[in-house]
Amino acid sequence: MSERNQVQAEVNMEVNLGGIALANPVTVASGTFGYGREYEAYVDLARLGAIIVKGTTLEPRAGNPTPRIIETPAGMLNAVGLQNPGVDVFIQEHLPYLREKQATVIVNIAGNTVEEYARLTAILDKQDGIAGLEVNISCPNVEKGGLQFGTDPNTAAGVVAAVRQNTSLPVIVKLSPNVTDVVAIARAVVEAGADALSLINTLLGMAIDIETRRPVLANIFGGLSGPAIKPVALRMVYQVAREVEVPIMGVGGIVNWQDALEFILAGATAVSIGTGNFINPGISEQIIDDLENYLVEQGIRDIRQLIGAAWL
Amino acid sequence: MSLVEQAVIIRNEEIVPGYLELELRAPGIARQALPGQFINIRVGSTLDPLLRRPFSVYDNDKNAGDITILYKVVGRGTGMMAELDMGETLDVLGPLGRPFSLPENLQRVVLVGGGVGMAPLVYLARVSCERGAAVTALVGARTASELLGLNHLRGMGVKVMVTTDDGSQGIQGQVTDGLEPLLTESDYDFIYCCGPEPMMARVADMAHRYGLKGEVALEENMACGIGACLGCAHRVKQGQDYSYVQICHEGPVFSMSEVVFDV
Repeated sequence: MSERNQVQAEVNMEVNLGGIALANPVTVASGTFGYGREYEAYVDLARLGAIIVKGTTLEPRAGNPTPRIIETPAGMLNAVGLQNPGVDVFIQEHLPYLREKQATVIVNIAGNTVEEYARLTAILDKQDGIAGLEVNISCPNVEKGGLQFGTDPNTAAGVVAAVRQNTSLPVIVKLSPNVTDVVAIARAVVEAGADALSLINTLLGMAIDIETRRPVLANIFGGLSGPAIKPVALRMVYQVAREVEVPIMGVGGIVNWQDALEFILAGATAVSIGTGNFINPGISEQIIDDLENYLVEQGIRDIRQLIGAAWL
Repeated sequence: MSLVEQAVIIRNEEIVPGYLELELRAPGIARQALPGQFINIRVGSTLDPLLRRPFSVYDNDKNAGDITILYKVVGRGTGMMAELDMGETLDVLGPLGRPFSLPENLQRVVLVGGGVGMAPLVYLARVSCERGAAVTALVGARTASELLGLNHLRGMGVKVMVTTDDGSQGIQGQVTDGLEPLLTESDYDFIYCCGPEPMMARVADMAHRYGLKGEVALEENMACGIGACLGCAHRVKQGQDYSYVQICHEGPVFSMSEVVFDV
């Protein structure tokens, strides 16, 4: 028995995210991990709790003009604009690879209309090797769809209901932080059939070049991610987890096991590593190891004991 | 296969004001690195600056395991790098990206570099010379003090020509002013170019007029360096239209004829 297997035998890292059985709570966030292939040199893909693949749309999307990204203090802004080859290419070229690697795959889906979400869901529902869907109603970088679906409870619920009607797969809804009352949106999408929630998506922001006196990003605005947003994400997870019955996946600025643990203590059942993958491509697997070691050292037999343990 | 290596600084030297050469002992990366590829360096270990910085492999001594990069101090990251001393370590990811194609039968090649665009061309010159090609390099800069790589190139036996915007050294004018006579006088097999996009666009246009095939190395803001973040997109021709490719993953080297240059 390897050292790692011994550790696993001592502690339980398995969690259930709204019907998706995860070997551990550590997943990688959509748009930061490509289709897994990009990281195969650095991470054992099968070991991750789940891989949430790049936001997928019905038709191919070219994405936004450049510059698309700019570094900010302890963070970065991006306005990629959901560049992706479309669902058909995903199914033909990327899904077979992920199945072969025995990865737990969650597909992030986005659309311009409710109808597009419904059609996309129906297509993916028929595929083997997909553990669940993550509904993106919070992308700040596209003109239509995206964020506009995620900022109003009724509209958000409409999208989720359409997805729910077209699949028996577990449905995770990714919420936007760019709202006044995130709990109201959370309640609405849970009522519409969400099995789990992931929060947060990026915070809308911008940067200005003082030499040219123009916005840095071609899209003017972009989504802020990275450690800079962690306190906001943590607060929203804490707020929402106490108000809804479904499990939460915490996302926002996690770059080490201590960050991941904070989210779990705030009420997250799983966590997702995003921008951290760009800094250290092997960070996700490192965090799994470090969380396991933490449990062993603390004499905690089951990571689920820590979910929401910080609630007052 | 690319890897993360803790590289020890062998040398970090200002060669002309504002420009430094950084030599790193990174044997795992050096063993594999090819001309045109880059490394992605984490500057410091704190959360600010957060992202790695990409740098072309400027030179590579595979036997010693030493990679050299050429960099210009432009912001916080490179400013911090300039302060680093011999013996300190840097977290380096590489080698990354698609290298220059170096056809086996190359006889005569011409390299065109503008400013810090010389960064990927010196190692390319070295490998081309080792393969027995006759190499001509046309090096351009705004002014004589910003000319880069001349000594390295001359040491390899490369025929070096210089242009400066202000005429302080070599031909006064743009690199294309120096390139046209070269292409008229001699037959080259291949042209390689790196520099500001308007310069690369003019070089690509001239190469096309002379029926010369070539490649360019592109640059864009980058985060992951491995094709995941989709930040470093660039337009390439697709029929009458264009599509985006990732510079880090599908490049940074592209055929001159396929790129839609930002001018």
